[in-house]
Amino acid sequence: MSAYEPRRRGVHPVLLAELLSWIRAFGPYRWASNRFRDWGVGGRTAVIGLPYLWLLLFFLIPFIIVLKISVSDIRLGMPPYEPLLHWVEHQVVTLRVNLGNYAFLFEDPLYRNAYLNSIFTAGASTILCLLIGYPMAYGIARTSPSWRNLLLMMVMLPFWTSFLLRVYAWIGILKNNGLINNVLMAMGVIDEPIVMLQTDFAVYVGIVYSYLPFMVLPLYANLEKMDITLLEAAADLGCHPVKAFLTITLPLSVPGIVAGSMLVFIPAVGEFVIPALLGGPDSLMIGRVLWEEFFHNRDWPVASAVAIAMLVLLVGPIMILQYNQAKQGGAGGVHR
Amino acid sequence: MIGRRSFLVTTLMAFGFAFLYIPILSMIVFSFNESRLVTVWAGFSTKWYVELFQNEQIINAAKLSLRIAAINATGAVILGTLAGFALSRFRRFKGRTLMTGMTTAPLVMPEVITGLSMLLLFVAMEHMFGWPAGRGVTTITIAHITFSMAYVTVVIQSRLSTLDESLEEAAMDLGARPWKVFAVITLPIIFPAILAGWLLAFTLSWDDLVITSFVSGPGSSTLPLVIFSKVRLGVSPDINALATLMVAVVAIGIVSAGLYMQRQERRRERDVQAALAANQ
Repeated sequence: MSAYEPRRRGVHPVLLAELLSWIRAFGPYRWASNRFRDWGVGGRTAVIGLPYLWLLLFFLIPFIIVLKISVSDIRLGMPPYEPLLHWVEHQVVTLRVNLGNYAFLFEDPLYRNAYLNSIFTAGASTILCLLIGYPMAYGIARTSPSWRNLLLMMVMLPFWTSFLLRVYAWIGILKNNGLINNVLMAMGVIDEPIVMLQTDFAVYVGIVYSYLPFMVLPLYANLEKMDITLLEAAADLGCHPVKAFLTITLPLSVPGIVAGSMLVFIPAVGEFVIPALLGGPDSLMIGRVLWEEFFHNRDWPVASAVAIAMLVLLVGPIMILQYNQAKQGGAGGVHR
Repeated sequence: MIGRRSFLVTTLMAFGFAFLYIPILSMIVFSFNESRLVTVWAGFSTKWYVELFQNEQIINAAKLSLRIAAINATGAVILGTLAGFALSRFRRFKGRTLMTGMTTAPLVMPEVITGLSMLLLFVAMEHMFGWPAGRGVTTITIAHITFSMAYVTVVIQSRLSTLDESLEEAAMDLGARPWKVFAVITLPIIFPAILAGWLLAFTLSWDDLVITSFVSGPGSSTLPLVIFSKVRLGVSPDINALATLMVAVVAIGIVSAGLYMQRQERRRERDVQAALAANQ
């Protein structure tokens, strides 16, 4: 984003002020704003209140509803769950909490495996992303400024194109008569196609590929800020570049590593599209299980319990990310 | 040399970019393939583009997606700008921590959770107030605004935090009312960020499959829903053509935005130099 420029503006300010005074002169507006002022609601309250109310209604309350339904009983009909509060004889309210859905999650090996498999897959993909993304971010941060913008643009471009289509592209590459197998067979390296699609390998490739920009961008933001003179000092004192990297660059880039890793790990745990398109029937991930529970089994209470269990798992990583961002000053320096 | 790339880093970087671009390039190449077999080259052809534009289902879905994305982006920009402004300009107010949490959580929340919770809210609301009646464009739009406004908030907030507040203070000292200060000073300065936020929100909505699947109803199939159901059955060349068109639009947009920013940068440098020369 370019800094302030007095002579070039996107919107003509006089025009805007004119428009504003028109709105102010508008009768209903004046009436409404006076009423609001009578109630002690000023502009400040409106600026805070409007997004606040929206988020409360459409983001926070839904989670409370999920929590509620996760302890309800399933029933046939719409909505397919029993209400928690039962009115008995118009007088007594009984509360029926059913923790059976959670017990079910713990007992059934399917859910346990999906849970552990998600953590493992997301964790391994995060490490792979870091291994591929770190040299990229490092390389971009150390190129000349004119190249840097181009390379950054090239990292961003896939991020702006359809996620779904980028996952789909791998089907054409990994399948039995796909690009990789065709090339390898033409070169005579293999005689039989290697089965890659619908395996865990394909899921890893898909996750690493889709989330790589989330790793590279925060790492780049961190590495770019680094003080190069530290490395110069180390070199002057006879430090080997590899040692200088390990003792100076790497420790200083830890906040970038943490931010990138969390930005990959958290969404990867709940990933649905990638295991559904690239994974086999046995590559179970918790997001896919939730989907199946909801859309195929129509068991809303169990799906809600799966969602809550996933949230509990993610609270830790989300807190780490928040803390890391707060320490870096300002919430969103990373996502630009 | 210090601070320069070594051969190893360059190689690894090239590998990374190859990894990022080979799938995209392969889609582009095979969208011009004559054969229905997506991975065997059988000569140049644009017939899949023709087929794409004759596919009414895809065209209608694309129109619907465009409409939802545009409404979503506008709503998300309004709410996100307000939220970003509140968070960066009002240092303390009741529930500020909760608001910060609610604007950053959607950024990382797995989509299946957001989608499920949204749907359950809509069902509960319909049960209690009779609105929204059924699910469709309205519920999709509300769900999209909710998660994409968080992204806009972050963009606006980070722009406002680097903005020189003394300009706003000066205007206030000269007697401008807060709303006027916002309209005349703040808004024009952060306009590029607002535009970026709009485009981001548009892309997020245009692209979203999982949340939309939960909150959509009959007759509201957006483009990702149509693509997903097609892709599940296997690779089809007209989807390659569609992907190519989308990549082309994004590439043109990003390149022109990059060129514009570079030009602004140069202009600013020239202005700074001119100002320095004038002061001597």
